[in-house]
Amino acid sequence: MNMILKGKVHKYGANVNTDEIIPARYLNSSDPEVLAKHCMEDIDKNFINKISKGDFVVAADNFGCGSSREHAPLALKACAISAVIANSFARIFHRNAINIGLPILESPQAVKALQNGDEIEVDLAEGTIKNIATGEVYIAQKFPEFMQNIIKAGGLLEYIRGDKKNVKKV
Amino acid sequence: MGQTITEKIFASASRKKDIKAGEFVEAKIDIALANDITAPLAIKGFKESGRPKVFDKNKIVLVMDHFTPNKDINAAQQVKISRDFAKEQKLKFYFEGANSGVEHALLPEQGIVTSGDMIVGADSHTCTYGALGAFATGVGSTDIACVMATGKLWFKVPQSIKFVLKGQLNKWVCGKDIILYIIGQIGVDGALYQAMEFCGPIAKKLPMADRLTICNMAIEAGGKSGIFAPDRITENYVSKTLRAPRFFESDKNAKYITEYEIDCSKILPQVSVPFLPSNAKPVEWIKKTFIDQVIIGSCTNGRIEDLRIAAKILNSRKVAKDVRLIIIPATTEVYKLALKEGLIKIFVEAGGLVSTPTCGPCLGGYMGILADGEKCVSTTNRNFVGRMGHVNSGVFLASPAVAAASAVKGFIASPVDL
Repeated sequence: MNMILKGKVHKYGANVNTDEIIPARYLNSSDPEVLAKHCMEDIDKNFINKISKGDFVVAADNFGCGSSREHAPLALKACAISAVIANSFARIFHRNAINIGLPILESPQAVKALQNGDEIEVDLAEGTIKNIATGEVYIAQKFPEFMQNIIKAGGLLEYIRGDKKNVKKV
Repeated sequence: MGQTITEKIFASASRKKDIKAGEFVEAKIDIALANDITAPLAIKGFKESGRPKVFDKNKIVLVMDHFTPNKDINAAQQVKISRDFAKEQKLKFYFEGANSGVEHALLPEQGIVTSGDMIVGADSHTCTYGALGAFATGVGSTDIACVMATGKLWFKVPQSIKFVLKGQLNKWVCGKDIILYIIGQIGVDGALYQAMEFCGPIAKKLPMADRLTICNMAIEAGGKSGIFAPDRITENYVSKTLRAPRFFESDKNAKYITEYEIDCSKILPQVSVPFLPSNAKPVEWIKKTFIDQVIIGSCTNGRIEDLRIAAKILNSRKVAKDVRLIIIPATTEVYKLALKEGLIKIFVEAGGLVSTPTCGPCLGGYMGILADGEKCVSTTNRNFVGRMGHVNSGVFLASPAVAAASAVKGFIASPVDL
């Protein structure tokens, strides 16, 4: 995984839920490309037209609340959103994002300071977020070691594939 | 320092003694669940794991309920992936058609989940089973893929919040009103990452159906799980489960991050107005709001007890002109009981529609989608933007009693007003 990410900020409020990230009416498919076309459409109709590859979603508290649908982080990832930065994440979204390899950062400091359209550079290894225009740097909360190992492996499946002890010979 | 019931279940599932909230553990899973939306992604992940067989064919449960009976070709294809996988892996628990039902009503009813279990499901309302004194939580499809392969999953043991339910229950107030009220008090992230433990004199009196409803909506407060300590009501309910129950309870000196005393005497029939479940208020505070649709069903309130309450109100009454009332028994067993008890007749004669079991309208899938500007009183669990259809439609969450009364009146109403 590329540890340095660059892109523009697209900012949203609190409690952005999974029905808004990907409405259930599209869940009769699990194809990330299909999901990407409808990402965020109920909260921001223009979302997929205004984002560019590598951009960031920045939001306030409890991002990703609601359903357990992994389609939500998958849709954001398939839109080429490079990471989500929020004050806090709902727990299933948090888990899913780590499991599928969508970087997420908790940084109330960054959320407070960043505005729509700001160009930022995120260093995932360091957990820092830099506003390119002003040079200001914000700190994100570090992941516990356990999760860092999953992230380093590239996701949960890759992580368990490394754990061959459990393979039963049949 | 003592342990909470949640810490004890984690200790048992991870074969460790002194587990404390905040620790990362790998726990053995008793039951892993997925549905027609989340199973195909889990199956894809499992196949990528390279393992030929699931870890235990008796512990993976697949329930086809969200878009079933299949609403369109894509939905049918999704179900086919799950059906083929269940056959290939010889899964003991695969539910579709007349055997099926809304997953979180079905699993307790069929005795598949029991007290003391460690349960995960690729569905956020998996927390429902905490009512039995189990640890149950929603996870993603990749998590389920991992469990299918290894039988284990990583967790951070949650802190617990204690909710002591005291006072007296007012007339028509049920589990749904209690949980809407609590979410209204603490907010949609008020229990983020935490276990919500319900206790106190009112909790002890609540029938299992109300406990299931309360734990079902723990996720709407951001909770990782909801839980009731097993008591005589639980023992009675789990006496016929397929595996033996194990009863745990919190130590007197267990540590809680927060403690709330809820005076239930203050709770009146509630409605959560769009667009957050935390927008809960007493029905009587809501100014006259005409409605287009009423849904009674779902994993939150589609059990026989819910239908009995609705029938009590709808008996010898008529659904208001211009209101579509859709009643969805959560499982075939519930449907059969409702037939036997004459409830279905009451619903149809009142002018309601009765659907086969499905999650359908709750998540805006099908079987009752709302148009631009329409309003629906629903016994389901979420009222987010566009949840039941058009982005400008609105869902008002309520109990079966409030939903039935509203269907009769044609506007949001309390059963007290009938």
